[in-house]
Amino acid sequence: MKFVQEFREGSAARRYARAIAAITTRPWTLMEVCGGQTHAILRFGIDRLLPPEITLIHGPGCPVCVTPLELIDKALAIARRPEVVFCSFGDMLRVPGSSGDLQGVKALGGDVRVVYSPLDAVALAQRLPEREVVFFAVGFETTAPANAMAVLRARSLGLRNFSILVAHVLVPPAMEAILASPRCRVQGFLAAGHVCTVTGYAGYDRLARTYRVPIVVTGFEPLDLLQGIYMCVRQLEEGRAEVENQYARSVRREGNTEAQRVMAEVFEVSDRQWRGIGEIPQSGLALRAPYRMFDAERRFGLTVRCAAEPAECIAGLVLQGVHTPPECPAFGTRCTPETPLGAPMVSAEGACAAYYRFRGPPEGRGRDGDYR
Amino acid sequence: MCLAIPGRILTIADDGELTRRGRVDFGGIVKEVSLAFVPEARVGDYVIVHVGVALSVVDEREAARVFEYLTEIEGLRELEVREPGPEGPGRQ
Amino acid sequence: MAIIDEITCPLPAPAASQVILAHGGGGRLMHRLIEHLILPAVGNPILAALHDGAVVEVGGTRLAFTTDSYVVRPLKFPGGDIARLAVNGTVNDLAMCGARPLVLSAGLILEEGLGMDLLGELMQSLGRAAAEAGVVIVTGDTKVVDRGKGDGIFINTAGIGIVEASDPIGPSSVRPGDVVLLSGDIGRHGIAIMASREGLAFETAVESDCAPLTGPVLHLLQEGVRVHCLRDLTRGGLGAALVEIARGAGQRIEIDEAAIPVRPEVQAACELLGLDPLYVANEGRFIAFVEPQDADRALGLLRTHAVSADAVVLGRVVTGVPEVVATGVLGTTRVIDLPSGEQLPRIC
Repeated sequence: MKFVQEFREGSAARRYARAIAAITTRPWTLMEVCGGQTHAILRFGIDRLLPPEITLIHGPGCPVCVTPLELIDKALAIARRPEVVFCSFGDMLRVPGSSGDLQGVKALGGDVRVVYSPLDAVALAQRLPEREVVFFAVGFETTAPANAMAVLRARSLGLRNFSILVAHVLVPPAMEAILASPRCRVQGFLAAGHVCTVTGYAGYDRLARTYRVPIVVTGFEPLDLLQGIYMCVRQLEEGRAEVENQYARSVRREGNTEAQRVMAEVFEVSDRQWRGIGEIPQSGLALRAPYRMFDAERRFGLTVRCAAEPAECIAGLVLQGVHTPPECPAFGTRCTPETPLGAPMVSAEGACAAYYRFRGPPEGRGRDGDYR
Repeated sequence: MCLAIPGRILTIADDGELTRRGRVDFGGIVKEVSLAFVPEARVGDYVIVHVGVALSVVDEREAARVFEYLTEIEGLRELEVREPGPEGPGRQ
Repeated sequence: MAIIDEITCPLPAPAASQVILAHGGGGRLMHRLIEHLILPAVGNPILAALHDGAVVEVGGTRLAFTTDSYVVRPLKFPGGDIARLAVNGTVNDLAMCGARPLVLSAGLILEEGLGMDLLGELMQSLGRAAAEAGVVIVTGDTKVVDRGKGDGIFINTAGIGIVEASDPIGPSSVRPGDVVLLSGDIGRHGIAIMASREGLAFETAVESDCAPLTGPVLHLLQEGVRVHCLRDLTRGGLGAALVEIARGAGQRIEIDEAAIPVRPEVQAACELLGLDPLYVANEGRFIAFVEPQDADRALGLLRTHAVSADAVVLGRVVTGVPEVVATGVLGTTRVIDLPSGEQLPRIC
């Protein structure tokens, strides 16, 4: 595939790794924000190409992982209704709520379907006028424009049987929450390239200035990540804290203004709970008043009593980059992809699942290199 | 998060602001994709697609930068090796 | 702006109290089901080998015996249909025992309302596939279930073959030093099926690799290649097959990820859906563990058959803890794990 294969070229990757080693004089801790980046780093073993001074920690960039339990429970309650066709991206099917997951709901007769796009769910609503089609609108700024478009399409088609369960979260407020924490270890950010494709990166200037932290907008292929790391380390070594754009083939400073316009037409910014982290003000999206008829929570009049989430899982600390997954005592023992204690072990983009898949369960620890 | 991949636009059907769409070829896999957010995209352009929606047109010039940048920084290193700083052995 | 400092955490997921689709995905969930529910009830030393088929001695002759049920949507897909799958799947399981497949049974479970034309077509296909694979369908059964209780048609086939390998073939015969051969490109069957799934549909020229593997396997045996283990790559893909053998053999397997042939369209579909081709299903691919001295010759023999013309050396067995380690395109390694269950598209 053009613009994919060439960015996985082994010799260029090793050259980048040597260039990073050549400019690194002391330890630096970088956080990649996006779960897709975490996945690529572990799948391709990029962390193992880096000099020992560079530590990569993994941010809260998996929307599946940070969707609060209460919303999962609402999704389960809606999906159990006989009139509902519940559509979701594949990732959400195994995320545990307080009473099972969507796969289990499907096993007991719920009509749960995996779709590729929210627009497919709209098409389904057109085809099945006698059913209630609900789409689980999970995601960051990257996914929000597609979901906004789905709502606008449903409205222009006059569909009364389509609604979305909104679980949107926004990235910059989460980055700021991490930076503002007294336990913050992050010295440089690799910002999420596809989020910035939509939002642009002008908004990061204030963060970089206020917290004296370099932010490099970075893509998802191995060479993108290595170049992003190089740019970030170079800033740190030179004492700079600026916003730079590694992923300029897709990201423009102003972002995609058309996508932003549609997103702002349908959604407004709201406070939002992040699973494992807590409430972050102004970090989520909600449907604006004229579109509330498409709000599944309203349509089904849900009042789900939220179960507390106490246990030994340290998902919150992992999502904030305070700990890496193998530092958790339950990792790979009581917590595995089949019996996840927390969402990061469920989603393929969750940090815990990525470590489990690509580094193996903890018996393997230390043999194939450390889990740094 | 946010799996998005590049594909080349084969055809465009433009029958309304929100319904502008095209057939996009992802290395031999063809899917219909919304082009509503990339009004500037033309047939033959590569677009970055996420959940069935194109979010940007790939800037082919910028795509080459990842390799040019690598050559540049390696050039910088060579310069440093050839012309060492004040503490370098070259001064002796 | 504050991060809540207490450790908060999701509740543990309750142990599955009912069967979910992922239990059939060829991954860890299925293994657990077999180990905890099935083996304790009906286990015996032959079943415990958990190979593709059983080898039993009857009157001095070693017979391979296996059974498999086929449920697939859509019933017809590019490169095959459920009937072809039902013949080749069972034929291949016998071949993986080092056996020449002889006879098959076919049990049909038909759903009320299935089109007679389609059924006729599928039966024609069943006959053709059997002829191609050199087996005879000698017994069968037909049942009809209420509408809504089946997916049009389910087919079960069982098969018997005569073991031609002189030495036992299976994970326990795998030795350090063994070379692992892969018979061709991976992931085509899974992607061909997914391309026609509602909700994911995409246009592609990818066809299922569904084919009988008897030819190349018997050729290896006839030419005296010392084959220690064979496994056809079905659900769970190459990844699951390697991990199962590593565990069964108690040996470490090292593979070169860059050596694995993957068609560009299959790779592209995997990028689109967020899947790893290592775990995508195949229906006409296998891996062979052979003595190192025989590896080159075996590779040459495989390449003389159309179905394994693109065979490659995938890796080798080394002494170590039982796991599979792949060297990737960047030269770094990763552990290959069993897939969890169903291959769910990763989109966001």
